[in-house]
Amino acid sequence: MTESIVVEHVSKRFTMQYTHTIKQMSIAALRRQPLKDTFLAVNDVSFSALQGESIGLMGLNGSGKSTLLKLINGVMKPDTGKVRTRGRIAGLIAAGAGFHPQLTGRDNVFLNAAILGMSERETKRKLEQIVDFADIGRFFDTPVGHYSSGMSARLGFAVAAFAESDIFLADEVLAVGDRPFKRKCMARMEEIKSEGRTLFYVSHSTGSVRKMCERALVLEKGVLAFDGPVEEGIAYLEYDTDGEDEETEADDEIGADI
Amino acid sequence: MTAHVVDPGRVPDGPLVAPGDSGGLHNVFRQRYLLRLLVRKELRARYQGSVLGMLWSYVQPMVRFLAYFLVIGYVFGMTRGMTNFPIHIFTGLVMVHYFTETFSSGTRSIVKNKGLVRKMSLPREMFPVAAMLVSAYHTVPQLVILVIGSIVSGWSPGPLDFLAGLLGFSIIAVFGMALALMFSAANVFFRDFQNIVQTFTIFVTWSVPMIYPYDRIANLFAGTWAEQVYLANPIANGVILFQQFFWVPTVPADAEYPAVMPDHIFTRGLIVLAACLVLLAVAQWIFARLEGKFAERL
Repeated sequence: MTESIVVEHVSKRFTMQYTHTIKQMSIAALRRQPLKDTFLAVNDVSFSALQGESIGLMGLNGSGKSTLLKLINGVMKPDTGKVRTRGRIAGLIAAGAGFHPQLTGRDNVFLNAAILGMSERETKRKLEQIVDFADIGRFFDTPVGHYSSGMSARLGFAVAAFAESDIFLADEVLAVGDRPFKRKCMARMEEIKSEGRTLFYVSHSTGSVRKMCERALVLEKGVLAFDGPVEEGIAYLEYDTDGEDEETEADDEIGADI
Repeated sequence: MTAHVVDPGRVPDGPLVAPGDSGGLHNVFRQRYLLRLLVRKELRARYQGSVLGMLWSYVQPMVRFLAYFLVIGYVFGMTRGMTNFPIHIFTGLVMVHYFTETFSSGTRSIVKNKGLVRKMSLPREMFPVAAMLVSAYHTVPQLVILVIGSIVSGWSPGPLDFLAGLLGFSIIAVFGMALALMFSAANVFFRDFQNIVQTFTIFVTWSVPMIYPYDRIANLFAGTWAEQVYLANPIANGVILFQQFFWVPTVPADAEYPAVMPDHIFTRGLIVLAACLVLLAVAQWIFARLEGKFAERL
């Protein structure tokens, strides 16, 4: 048994609440407007990933990528179907870790590491690496609420990337952050891959998916529309049809939001 | 598609399991290190940006104490009909404050920590439990003041009184925890719940023997169903047992106004504690049912 992630017929339906007060509710009811609506964010998705596989998850905005990631990391539970994983999971969801704005970067690192299952000693041992990687200088000891979005993304990535884990989820990690940092992230993810961790990488950047992943999944309005080799996945998405010269711009393209 | 080659040495031991499936109160206490960090975080975050900081958690009980003592004690003349009335108020106040703090900060705890709840997978019960522990932490200095005040007033508790105090404290802790757990989950769906808590808190002050002695209730309702209703309230039981520990041993047997306590406080206390534990189990069950939707509703 070498599967790392097994997703079987998973669906997730969201409720959109249009009304939030009794007044709004009664007015809407009188006018016979709907009080709420639902939509399927993830629709009957099945796949399995082997330990150490690196998978690029692609799709347009709102296609259910982050929801699928949340289901895999256990923050959300599927309505129907089953998600099962093996080992510890670390990673980022929607371009950031769960930080508490009032705590300093240091406190948040310890808290996040503890949530990821690391002991105090383990965290202390890794602290230097994390600080070096995030490279946010003296801001490390100031509240995260005062950070720029790039800074909190750097710190979030650093904690997740150096935490002990068997599965690494990376959601739009390259959407924020400058170019040197993007390079650093790519290099670190290569390391994570070579350590044999399962890598689940969400990105709009075809260049980085090409570089990083051996398999691509494409979500379309919550449905798993494609599961196969990266090149075919990219072709399926037709990201390339606007005629950009992908080969020469591959480096610039890393992390560019399309 | 080329098949991925798995390094068997890298496959973690253990079966495939549902991710993040680590809820439940028992798991909260298994992850003590994380709980400690959350409690410390809560302590730091609560008074961040305020000059007096932690002192604020004593200002409110102090002001309430003074208000009750002056108005009820002197304006309404309660000091003239009771022995050691200030100890009586403060004993009740410590318990009532512990309860309301647990209840109200616990109710808000999930919503307040939505940054973590939406993105990280951890037992969500952590947050109300941490709120309860923070409130308990704030109670400690108040207890010190209470002990000093009681000693000055001639406190001589027996071992049974000590047990009464312990039982009273447990009732308040378990009851507050159960309500905090239930309301914190409900508050995710409707923020109305944190306002309900505020309203409920006002009621608590008047429903326990704190600013009036128990013998007023006994005089009014002794032997009637109303007395049983009054004594069915877990907070009243907690306070009565705490009075048995602090206030009663400061009242001499030959005092002009002896301490009046209801009968069977231990039996009733144990029954109430058992009922609160059942309520806690129910609260945990409700929490577990609602928890699956937290991330999407925050």
